[in-house]
Parts: sequence; C-alpha cells; structure tokens
Amino acid sequence: MFESPEFKEGNHSNDLPLVVRILCAIAIGVLGLGLIGVLMSTANLSSTLPTLVQQNLAQSGVQNPVTAVLLNFRSYDTLLEIGVLLIVAVAMLPDSPSGRLVAVVTDTQINPMLEAALRWLVPMIVIMAGYMLWTGAALPGGAFQSGALLAGAGVLIQLSGRLSFCFTSTMAKLLLTIGLITFMLAAVGVAIMTGVILQYPTELAAPLILLIESAATISIATILLLLYNSLATQVSVTNAAVTTSTTSTTSTTNIDKEPKS
Amino acid sequence: MTQILLYNIASIGLFGIGLYGLIVAPHIIKKILAINIMSVGVFMLLVASASNVNGTPDPVLHAMVLTGIVVAIAGTALALFLAAKIHTLDQTSDKDGH
Repeated sequence: MFESPEFKEGNHSNDLPLVVRILCAIAIGVLGLGLIGVLMSTANLSSTLPTLVQQNLAQSGVQNPVTAVLLNFRSYDTLLEIGVLLIVAVAMLPDSPSGRLVAVVTDTQINPMLEAALRWLVPMIVIMAGYMLWTGAALPGGAFQSGALLAGAGVLIQLSGRLSFCFTSTMAKLLLTIGLITFMLAAVGVAIMTGVILQYPTELAAPLILLIESAATISIATILLLLYNSLATQVSVTNAAVTTSTTSTTSTTNIDKEPKS
Repeated sequence: MTQILLYNIASIGLFGIGLYGLIVAPHIIKKILAINIMSVGVFMLLVASASNVNGTPDPVLHAMVLTGIVVAIAGTALALFLAAKIHTLDQTSDKDGH
C-alpha cells in the first residue's frame, strides 16, 4: 500500500519548518542530558524487590524468578495484559461471515518445496512451543514466548496460502478468550479458597500456573495470528482502494460531483 | 558499572531519537515507528538497570519488560491497522474531489 504513486510520502507540505525542527532537537537534547544527569545521580539506587523475590521463590510454585513474578507475585499485571491483548484483538476482529476456523485452500498452486518445508517446520515449531511453555517454570520461557512461536507457525502456514483462517468462527472466539477466562476463573477460585484474589495456596501454585500458562499460550498465539491476519487483510483492501482510485479518478470525478451541484 | 551507564545513555539516546521522530516526522507510519523506538529505549533502560543488583538480575524489571513488549506489539498492530484504515478512507474521499 505504501509504494503507490498516490501515496503522499513525497509531499512535504506537512513538514515542520527547519527552525521548529532545530528547536525540537535542542529541547530533546536538553531533556536527554537531564535524564542522563538524573540517572548518574541515582545510579546506586538499589531495590529490595529482588531479595524479596528470592526469599519467597520457594512458595511461588516455580523456580524461574521472572515466571514467579509474572504469574504469581504480580499475576494481576499479567491478567490485565491478556485483557489488553483481547481488547486489541476485538478491535481488529474482521467482519467476515462466520465459517470454519481452518479451511484448506484447494485452488492455489503453492511451491512444493515450501509445502515440504512447512511439513517439517510446523510440527517442530509446535514441539518447540511446548518445550518453551514447560521450561518456563525453571528457565527463561513461558506463555508469551511459546505463544509467539505458535503464532509464527500460523503466519508461515497462512503465507504459504495452503490454509486460511476464519477468526469469526465460534471456535476462534473460544480460542481467543480461553486465556482470559481460565485466568479469571483461577483468580475467583483462589479468592474463594484463600479470601484474597490471585493469592494461590502454596501447594496449588505450580499446577495453577501451568494451567493458566497453557490457556494463555493458546490465546496469545491466536490473538497474535489474528493481528497479523487482520493487518494483512486491511493492507490488501487499502491496496485495492488505492488502485481503483488511481485508475478511475479521471473517469469518475465528474459523475461523483454531479449529485452535489 | 561503566557498561551499565553506557547502556543507560544509549537507551536515553534511543528515546530521544524516537521522541524527535514522533514530533517531526509528518507521516503516520514514521510516527508509529518512532513510538516503537521510544519503547525500545525504555525497555533497554529497564533491562540495563535490572543488572544493577550484585550480579543477579532483578526479575521484577524483566517481567515488566516482557509485559511491556507484548503490550507494545498489540499497540503497534492496532496503530498500523488504524493507519491502513485511515489511508483507505483518504483514498476514497479523494475520489470525491476533496
């Protein structure tokens, strides 16, 4: 969409005058120097949080301190983050008619090498995603890394043109929301048990985190794939609109203007 | 110590470049990219200051950056989507002679 001749990249009428730009650069330079000064003066700022995390790691249910913070000590943040992802997904949900989640596209010719490579790559990516999810308990990894890998596999499949996804199907809606639903059910469940929302009982922490992370992985992968899918669709729609407007500007101008006059 | 300071200065530099681009660049895609450069600067600052504590990195800051990256991706996707929509609307209104 951005290489079309109609695109106003070369039109610099919106450019700020040189003086304003220089003033901006100076102001930002002063701001940056000020920030560096503040950082130098507070360089030895030490927080008690890392020691707190280390002390309470045993009752978090996982061994990786980052996962412990993400899904136990500060799981409220992660809950809201999955909520943010879902809101963005809803905002970008296509208005195509509902169909099956995955449909095989039969009328396209795809490169046999690409298809063969996909048959090897996609299962391996799925295994890698499963490993990433599991290893998040002890080493760097977890729901987001795993979900990003799965979404990457989905983008590969979609780019090959062999399968197409429909995100308005009931199945897709379930996959998009299962992470948030599981997380909220867990939050309410432990609130009933312990009286405090999202405060897992120590003996239940590990299975709860695994459950939440698995559901979150599925939702994150679906949401990221939906973001890619909607963006690609929107760009092709824009491309089509740009092409029609460039080719038909001269012929339609008079017709379009008629009703107004 | 000096290494962390270097990272801190570089991240403030990135933030500044992004802020300048956000204000000066006329084009919406450039503005979205500029916001991303700013957020990369912030993430770099957080990761660099996470290594401050006696060799063991601060997991709270790492978790914060992880959350931030995901939200930044979602925000960028939405911004690009809206930019494409605006461009479509511009094109169709151009046809009407505006």
